[in-house]
Amino acid sequence: MERLKLVLQYFQSNSESISNGICIILALVSVKLYTSFDFNCPCLPQYNRLYSLGVMLVPPIILFFLGMLVNRHTGVMMDEWLRPEGQRSKNPAVVKFLFSAMLQRAMLAPMVWILVTLLDGKILICAFSVSVDPHLFSGFPNNTGLDVIKIMAMVPCKDNIFGHSSFRKAVTRYVRCYSQAVGWSILLFFIVLGSLARLIKPFFDDHARFLQTRYWSNYLDVEQKMFDETCVLHARDFARKCVVQFFEEMREDSVPMLDRPYFSVSTKDDWDCEDEDRLHGVTRQEQMDKLLDKWFCSKPQLDVRRIANRPRLCPGCSKRSLSSEV
Amino acid sequence: MDKFRMMFQFLQSNQESFMNGICGIMALASAQMYSVFEFSCPCMPEYNYAYSMGLLFVPPVWFFLLGFVMNNNVSVLAEEWRRPTGSRHKDPTILRYMFCSITQRSLIAPAVWLSVTLMHGKSFLCAFSTSLDIDRLGNFSVFSGISELERVKLLARIPCEDEVYFEQHKEIRMVATRYMKCISQTCGWMLLLMMTFTAFLIRGIRPCFTQAAFLKTKYWSHYIDIERKMFDETCKEHAKSFAKVCIHQYFESISGEMRSIHHNRTYGSEDGENGRELGDEEKLMGIRAQEDMNKVLWNWHTSKPALALRKDKVDLQSNGTLKGYANGEANVLLNGHTSDVEKKEWAVYYSKV
Repeated sequence: MERLKLVLQYFQSNSESISNGICIILALVSVKLYTSFDFNCPCLPQYNRLYSLGVMLVPPIILFFLGMLVNRHTGVMMDEWLRPEGQRSKNPAVVKFLFSAMLQRAMLAPMVWILVTLLDGKILICAFSVSVDPHLFSGFPNNTGLDVIKIMAMVPCKDNIFGHSSFRKAVTRYVRCYSQAVGWSILLFFIVLGSLARLIKPFFDDHARFLQTRYWSNYLDVEQKMFDETCVLHARDFARKCVVQFFEEMREDSVPMLDRPYFSVSTKDDWDCEDEDRLHGVTRQEQMDKLLDKWFCSKPQLDVRRIANRPRLCPGCSKRSLSSEV
Repeated sequence: MDKFRMMFQFLQSNQESFMNGICGIMALASAQMYSVFEFSCPCMPEYNYAYSMGLLFVPPVWFFLLGFVMNNNVSVLAEEWRRPTGSRHKDPTILRYMFCSITQRSLIAPAVWLSVTLMHGKSFLCAFSTSLDIDRLGNFSVFSGISELERVKLLARIPCEDEVYFEQHKEIRMVATRYMKCISQTCGWMLLLMMTFTAFLIRGIRPCFTQAAFLKTKYWSHYIDIERKMFDETCKEHAKSFAKVCIHQYFESISGEMRSIHHNRTYGSEDGENGRELGDEEKLMGIRAQEDMNKVLWNWHTSKPALALRKDKVDLQSNGTLKGYANGEANVLLNGHTSDVEKKEWAVYYSKV
């Protein structure tokens, strides 16, 4: 239990590792999907190849789209790509970085499916059993009235015409051997490609620029998360105050209002010095609409000097700050 | 048990992940229900198709409606749709957004049922065995020289494994099963591909058109949900305080004595968690009579308040906090610090007048 919590905490530590975690989960889902899928070769010459290649290629496409869907960076990238320039200049390198990272992660699950397919061999046996030359093997059933192609198409299925002959098993082994060879070669190819890319990249890439691009793409992700969180907190506060105000308004309708103090109802967790700060001065629907509009149409500058130098006043540190004001 | 509790806590952390959790549970329930359910084809030409298609399409409709029922946001949506305008405008885009998000979540369990059914293939075999062109699949002597009606009856019996109706039954059944399963699985994969592609298009293309408006609708639909919760919480607290004060008043009226209600309050570090609890009087917010409370509840639906906090109220509160602390003088605001106990009493007493 503790281990699981640690693993979860590690993966949630930054947005990149969340994406990596999701990517790995999708790859595992892909394997599980393959093992639970009941592959059923039609054993008919006209349909074998179509069905097999369909099963080999359509799920990877589905997994690819799924990989792009569940990745948070898709939204961040689209947002950064489509927003008007406003007060913040656009950096195409960041968009490219996000796009390539997203693409790489989305390609993992499809590749896993294709590799598992090839290493298992069922699908290729179904697709290419008709192309195998039956004379390479002994025990070909001559006594049935069917032609060669139809018989070879039935090899993947445990049918009666083969009985207990070793012909079917021999052909199956043969095709599976090819299939596994192709699978391992593809795996080797990608690993070599990946290692080469890793080793050679520093020679061709500007590392300093890469560090900047990576920082700002991570920043965009975090900024969007923070914005969503701030909106949620703001909505909560707005709602609470709106409700209280509503109750008080009802009271004012029935009793004439003198110069009375305003009461505020606060529950236990509410009355910090940060409580007012959560509204940040946005107290009307029109203001909020304008804020949300501007967030997309004209993102603010990347310059936080104004708020960083603002003095903080709160019970814990007010003594310090008050004295500093003097 | 611990694992379940942790997962439960995580799912309840916010409304969205709670709804996603429900969605996931329903999808699993859908898959489990299919595996538990025993599909038994009637093997009669008149009923095969109806039974199979019924089993293919009726449970998804049921799951879809169940998704609507289990989703809390449906009542929020209905309320927002039906309320009179009052002093707050109604925004149709918010209603559309909420409806779309509810529909999307409800579509997952039906999609799982459809996929699992199609991948399994039995329902297709049962439905379409009578329309099979059996001669294309192989040379079977049992079908030669019989009337059309007999042929259809024989074909309809193919999906059933119980008895061997004719000598080539097992072989024909295997060939037909493979063929129909192949078609059924193809349909299943195509359905999955179409759904994933549509979802991808919606998610990928939408930002091209409506990103700014989308942020607004997302915010306000979440706001409506939270406001409803806050209102329910405030009503509950009000009811509690109302009850306490009412009972206190009743006791007082019986005993004939006037005792200050303040002594019942908890101060600072003596009791309570962080000494910021207000008294029951304050929690009433001035609503002390049944008619007033009825009016509050009635107007909450018929005339929702405008989305605008009074600026003077907000300013007063923030000024009050600063002044009250910095100067240590009596202030209009109650802020629960132990040093301000006397000020609190004065303020409350004032309100009673």
